[in-house]
Amino acid sequence: MHRRGVGAGAIAKKKLAEAKYKERGTVLAEDQLAQMSKQLDMFKTNLEEFASKHKQEIRKNPEFRVQFQDMCATIGVDPLASGKGFWSEMLGVGDFYYELGVQIIEVCLALKHRNGGLIMLEELHQQVLKGRGKFAQDVSQDDLLRAIKKLKVLGNGFGIIPVGGTYLIQSVPAELNMDHTVVLQLAEKKGYVTVSEIRSSLKWETERAKQVLEHLLKEGMAWLDTQAAGEPQYWLPALFTELYAQEITPEEAKEAIP
Amino acid sequence: MDRFSWTSGLLELGETLVVQQRGVRLCDGEEKVKFDTGVLLLSTHRLIWRDQKNHECCIAVPLSQIVFIEEQAAGIGKSAKIVVHLHPASSNKEPGPFQSSKYSYIKLSFKEHGEIEFYRRLSEEITQRRWENMPTGQTIQVTKDPQAGRIRAVGIVGIERKLEEKRKETDKNISEAFEDLSKLMEKAKEMVELSKSIANKIKEKQGDITEDETIRFKSYLLSMGIANPVTRETHGSGTHYHMQLAKQLAGILQTPLEERGGIMSLTEVYCLVNRARGLELLSPEDLVNACKMLESLKLPLRLRIFDSGVMVIELQSHNEEEMVASALETVSEKGSLTADEFAKLVGMSVLLAKERLLLAEKMGHLCRDDSVEGLRFYPNLFLTQS
Repeated sequence: MHRRGVGAGAIAKKKLAEAKYKERGTVLAEDQLAQMSKQLDMFKTNLEEFASKHKQEIRKNPEFRVQFQDMCATIGVDPLASGKGFWSEMLGVGDFYYELGVQIIEVCLALKHRNGGLIMLEELHQQVLKGRGKFAQDVSQDDLLRAIKKLKVLGNGFGIIPVGGTYLIQSVPAELNMDHTVVLQLAEKKGYVTVSEIRSSLKWETERAKQVLEHLLKEGMAWLDTQAAGEPQYWLPALFTELYAQEITPEEAKEAIP
Repeated sequence: MDRFSWTSGLLELGETLVVQQRGVRLCDGEEKVKFDTGVLLLSTHRLIWRDQKNHECCIAVPLSQIVFIEEQAAGIGKSAKIVVHLHPASSNKEPGPFQSSKYSYIKLSFKEHGEIEFYRRLSEEITQRRWENMPTGQTIQVTKDPQAGRIRAVGIVGIERKLEEKRKETDKNISEAFEDLSKLMEKAKEMVELSKSIANKIKEKQGDITEDETIRFKSYLLSMGIANPVTRETHGSGTHYHMQLAKQLAGILQTPLEERGGIMSLTEVYCLVNRARGLELLSPEDLVNACKMLESLKLPLRLRIFDSGVMVIELQSHNEEEMVASALETVSEKGSLTADEFAKLVGMSVLLAKERLLLAEKMGHLCRDDSVEGLRFYPNLFLTQS
């Protein structure tokens, strides 16, 4: 009677069997990698063809860019992840958005001392367009938002805060939690807010309202008007529509360029 | 809106086109009406509006009906507008879309801009009143082109029609582009599926895949812009590309860092490097991934992340803790300083100045005074004078 499964011989056999399985496993992945490499080459060709026909469309047409981005997101592809990606190299989408990123950073830095690092998307849009000059490609607000989303990874505190149907862009690493955001949204209508308004609209206690407003003051995002009739008003320079498209002074520009 | 009459849109003899603008909506006083997207034409005699979707729908009002006009600036989410105040409709007016209106003014809403120019021209025409000098009455000869099956008009309107055709052609190009884009995306989707299945295999095997193959796979993902589902501690999201980049950065940033006291924020680096490159720019992720590899590649720079999340590049020789000692001296000399004041004194960016002061506080050398007037730092007398 043979005893199966014991002894040095059995162990050696088992090891051989395992090794064979391992090999197979590795071979399977190797096969798939080779397949992917081939498909990648084919895809590159398809992309080249697409680029030769429609590259202009992407550069000139903001609507088309939106469609393109949405489709990429749906299938799980990020065309802006790397400058070395096919999308960037062949369609030139990368350069468009990365350069826009630089321009956004510069505008935010230049205006930071005025608004504490908060700026309305409309104002950012106008300032960026001005900086780009008459002959540059048109840039939409959607383009700005996508560029800003990519900038977040640099750790400088870039954030997008929805207010009143549009957005406030944050460009400093100040902590803005839900409470702060909600007060910003309340202030958006008139450009300022008071403690009483917060108490009546949000049903908060005075202490909570005061804390939020003081935080905004400290961060330089709000200014206090103690001479207002009635009670003090907390103004947000970021929301002053009258200040939109005011020229960036040479001193401010110097602050921006490293 | 009861001052408008239906019209063919053709100019009359003696009538000249002055300016036109697409994307204009008409409002009856404060109320919206169905005329919401059209081309607005200003001639020497009339204000004409034609629906962009249905060219048959065309209305006009004589300029002589206008009392005065005003501008309404654009706001958030609102287009710029021109308000046109009108005389009451004359009794022999040609039939139009409305019999009566409770408003004596209309609003022209410029959804695609062009309000400023249009207002200027309209003001001019109202002032000059050229319609009084040029008698009209006869419409231009129209000939029906049997082959094309459409009315061919000469003059300005003919040019306008050609422009319209060109626009249609552009629209056609765009739909072709969308079609091609959809097909391309189908193929990209296949790539994503394949990469998912390979990633799963790698996860299962856990170490039976060679380093080499992992690197290859990561570079494929990078090319396609697919997020890396497999995290490896040794390389992170980095690929050979990022390694090369890290080495390049070490070369490019040496001098700028020395000029700035040995430390720069990552946003500064991003701007500096991309401005220098001009083309083939780096994505923010490329920069971060490359910087993460600096230390392991033993390059003379390193990435540092402060508690606040702010990311900086430092020279290896730079010692932020030593800089804190000199910061303490500076603050002591002045009694107290805010980040802004410190930044100006030392010649640093406010962002990095703040980080240094915060670090000094963390190390116990400085105390803060946090008030609505700002964040001010004092030497920590609790420590030194206990």
